[in-house]
Amino acid sequence: MKVSSRVVCVPRENIDTDQIIPARFLKVTDKAGIGEHLFEDRPDFRVPKGSAILVAGGNFGCGSSREHAVWALMDFGFKAVISTGFADIFRQNALKNGLLPIVVDRETHALLRPDTVAAIDLAAQTLSIGDGPTVTFPIDSFSKTCLLENLDELGYILKHEQAITAFENRK
Amino acid sequence: MKTLYDKIWDAHIVVPEADAPAILYIDLHLIHEVTTPQAFAELRRRGLRVRRPDRTFATMDHSIPTTSRSLDGFDDMAAKQVRRLEANCKEFGVPLFDLNSPRQGIVHVIGPELGLTQPGQTIVCGDSHTSTHGAFGALAHGIGTTEVGMALATQCLLARKSKNFALHFDGHLQPGVTAKDMILALIGQIGTGGGTGCVFEFSGSAVRALDMEARMTICNMSIEGGARAGLIAPDDTTFQYLAGREFSPKGSAWDEAVARWKQLPSDEGANYDRTVSIDVSNLEPMITYGTNPGMSIPLTGRVPAPENAADRAALEYMALAPGQLLLGHPVDVVFIGSCTNSRLSDLRSAAQLLRGLKVSPSVRMLVVPGSFEVKRQAEAEGLDRIFKEAGAEWREAGCSMCIAMNGDAVPPGKTSVSTSNRNFEGRQGKGARTLLASPLTAAASAIEGCVADPRRFGGLS
Repeated sequence: MKVSSRVVCVPRENIDTDQIIPARFLKVTDKAGIGEHLFEDRPDFRVPKGSAILVAGGNFGCGSSREHAVWALMDFGFKAVISTGFADIFRQNALKNGLLPIVVDRETHALLRPDTVAAIDLAAQTLSIGDGPTVTFPIDSFSKTCLLENLDELGYILKHEQAITAFENRK
Repeated sequence: MKTLYDKIWDAHIVVPEADAPAILYIDLHLIHEVTTPQAFAELRRRGLRVRRPDRTFATMDHSIPTTSRSLDGFDDMAAKQVRRLEANCKEFGVPLFDLNSPRQGIVHVIGPELGLTQPGQTIVCGDSHTSTHGAFGALAHGIGTTEVGMALATQCLLARKSKNFALHFDGHLQPGVTAKDMILALIGQIGTGGGTGCVFEFSGSAVRALDMEARMTICNMSIEGGARAGLIAPDDTTFQYLAGREFSPKGSAWDEAVARWKQLPSDEGANYDRTVSIDVSNLEPMITYGTNPGMSIPLTGRVPAPENAADRAALEYMALAPGQLLLGHPVDVVFIGSCTNSRLSDLRSAAQLLRGLKVSPSVRMLVVPGSFEVKRQAEAEGLDRIFKEAGAEWREAGCSMCIAMNGDAVPPGKTSVSTSNRNFEGRQGKGARTLLASPLTAAASAIEGCVADPRRFGGLS
């Protein structure tokens, strides 16, 4: 998985999932078109379409567990979000949908200005910033494999059906 | 030497963590209308069934009306989502506590109330406030819709172990200070991301002294401190609460369960990655002034000076100035409800102040019980009459104005004192300004028409 794009920025810290997608848009029974409502109530966070990389402040995606936040970001066109940190549930939801949550230190984060061109190479775990440095980023090896090989986590658990049954019989 | 979290984790490992995450068994999966339609669609697409419909329970709470139990004339999209849950539960054999069921209510209120929530369990739900169930010493956390699908199909999740974070509360609460104030003070201290990557364990004499409903209030807001789960070790208070409930073990199974549950508390000398201690003896009622739950101050305090652009934006949104006293700040709406504070003790505590008094004419007050059963009990002891005679609206059970999906909303630019858990921008309605507080502070503010100190009313224990 390689992504290269001009970045767009919402540099505020603690952007919660209510800001990403307000609750009134959770009444859907599918995922189609949900990106239209990304940052709907936050004109100050609105970013132009066309970028694949969002740069956000720390603790991004805190609050509600709504996966709709990830669906909205992806439907809008994002393939990666770069921050100094992500809330736990958001990070899980992102990885399970193929949206890369990339954690960088504050110095690297400060280099990512609007329209900076960034290139992400998941296999190498590198982020290259315009004319600037190339840094590595951490990612759980299992998640990395799943993303690179398009492995299905539900399918992975289902392969352990016998172990699950054995566990249930022990209880 | 293991912590409570270590013990529950170890007891649910189907496949241990290695290069791949652990496969963790889930004892109880609670579902609701908002975060499941896409999960059921995925099961259908793959031709999968629900593995353990006997360990899965559904209710409807987030988007339903609280004015009546009928969907006639209600928001089309919300009604369609509710109907979809009914159809999915029927197709996949999942028990559903629907709008006409005496077991219906906010998912985190009914789990404990029915005795479904038990010590030592793993519990998940597509809702971040699943942390509530941790009050019983159950490892409970919110999940996204993809994970809802996994739990439905396999009764398992992929998980990596979190860190152990001990939160120790000692001392005695002063009259008028509650569990809500304890958790708001804690989040104010560690910040909304302070518990990221951790499971909280709340301990200490001030936690032991709390009843189960107060403990639920504390665990409920673990997620607002960044921890997906928050635990309290089970004790006699826990066992007394669970005894005789519909799904609690009975007879000899009960005795065996209690013996097992007594083994759950953390071993003496167990290791925590991080510890924070708070003495609650001098704690005041707390209230938030900003746009995340970490932005809290003592009720008699002043709005702090902003430290950065986000703080400035928060104060601008809230129309508050640095140095301002919140006491006396005009209030338009008061909301008593949500999975944080909608249980019988919360309603009793609000009613205690409102008895014989009136809600200020400038305030709209909404009281929304957490479940059908809470409503029934409150009505049996006449709490509904106290609220109605005071001029408050007495509603049917649901999430209501905490998330404002069902039309119960704070109008733009208006200020609410709310017993819910989130003061994010727009959380209670577009442009709504939310001040989070305890049911006591909310009731006092309803009477005064402005942020008010419940301790002024006297008679508080």
